Amino acid sequence: MRVKRKAVDMAEGDMTPMIDMTFQLIAFFMVLINFAQTEANDHVVLPNSKLVKPPEAPLVFPIVLHVAADGRVYLGGDDYTAETLRIGLDRELAVIRGEGKSPGDANVVIRGHKDCAAGEIQEVVRVCQDSKLVNFALRVKEDRS
Amino acid sequence: MKIRNPPTGEKSELNMTSMIDIVFLLLIFFVMTFKIVEMEGDFSVKMPLAGSSNSTIDPTELPLKLRLRADDNGTLAGMELNDIQMGNGPEAFDKLRGTIIGQIGSSAPVPEEAGEGPEVEIDTDFNLRYEYVIRAITAVSGYKDGDQVVKLIERIKFAKPRR
Repeated sequence: MRVKRKAVDMAEGDMTPMIDMTFQLIAFFMVLINFAQTEANDHVVLPNSKLVKPPEAPLVFPIVLHVAADGRVYLGGDDYTAETLRIGLDRELAVIRGEGKSPGDANVVIRGHKDCAAGEIQEVVRVCQDSKLVNFALRVKEDRS
Repeated sequence: MKIRNPPTGEKSELNMTSMIDIVFLLLIFFVMTFKIVEMEGDFSVKMPLAGSSNSTIDPTELPLKLRLRADDNGTLAGMELNDIQMGNGPEAFDKLRGTIIGQIGSSAPVPEEAGEGPEVEIDTDFNLRYEYVIRAITAVSGYKDGDQVVKLIERIKFAKPRR
């Protein structure tokens, strides 16, 4: 028997709904992405508090110190101990003085790990006080429960 | 005039492949970098070096000293406010808050300017976990009344580290 060959049409699925969905997903992630996570540090898990609220205005001249569970202090990509922190602080203070401000205008943000020894935080505060820094912000996670 | 052989309407199709490739790359980038933002806040504390403070101390004010003791694991073993035992369980911080309210008075208007009002000195064992210090600071700083935050003590300082 002779079979007639039919010309095969290329089956084309309608891509429109998929592209719509994909664009919606991209829009969703773009809106929610937070580029301000530069302050975060993987070594630090903050303790919780019900009283704190996110600040309405950013702190002026912030010096962010991350204190890990083992007591190491991270400042601007370098890690220090409480004894060597002075070197890093002097560098930050030089920048602040270069802008015509004094150490009293700076804000030290202490991001301490919840399990680090409280004495390590006290040591960090003491070193900062020795560098004439007076404004401290103990950063904690907002507890909404 | 009769037009012979009218041009057939050719369907012009855009090649979507490269666009879809880029869109998926973008999608993968956003999915991989996505992180749920945790809201953070600060306890703002003004702590000048001891002796350099020029704020006047009211001699009638009772100094508040909070002593936090730790066991070998860094867990809270005991808490005392001016020699009043608070205990070490979860209810200890509620008791601390209650004692603070009793001492400074819940109805007393808290001055607007930071650096005014009573001050509490936190004297903690070196190895106590920082989490407990924050819980103590939360208890002395205030409490939540519905959505409102009622402030108690805004001046906090640390004693010398007990190495």
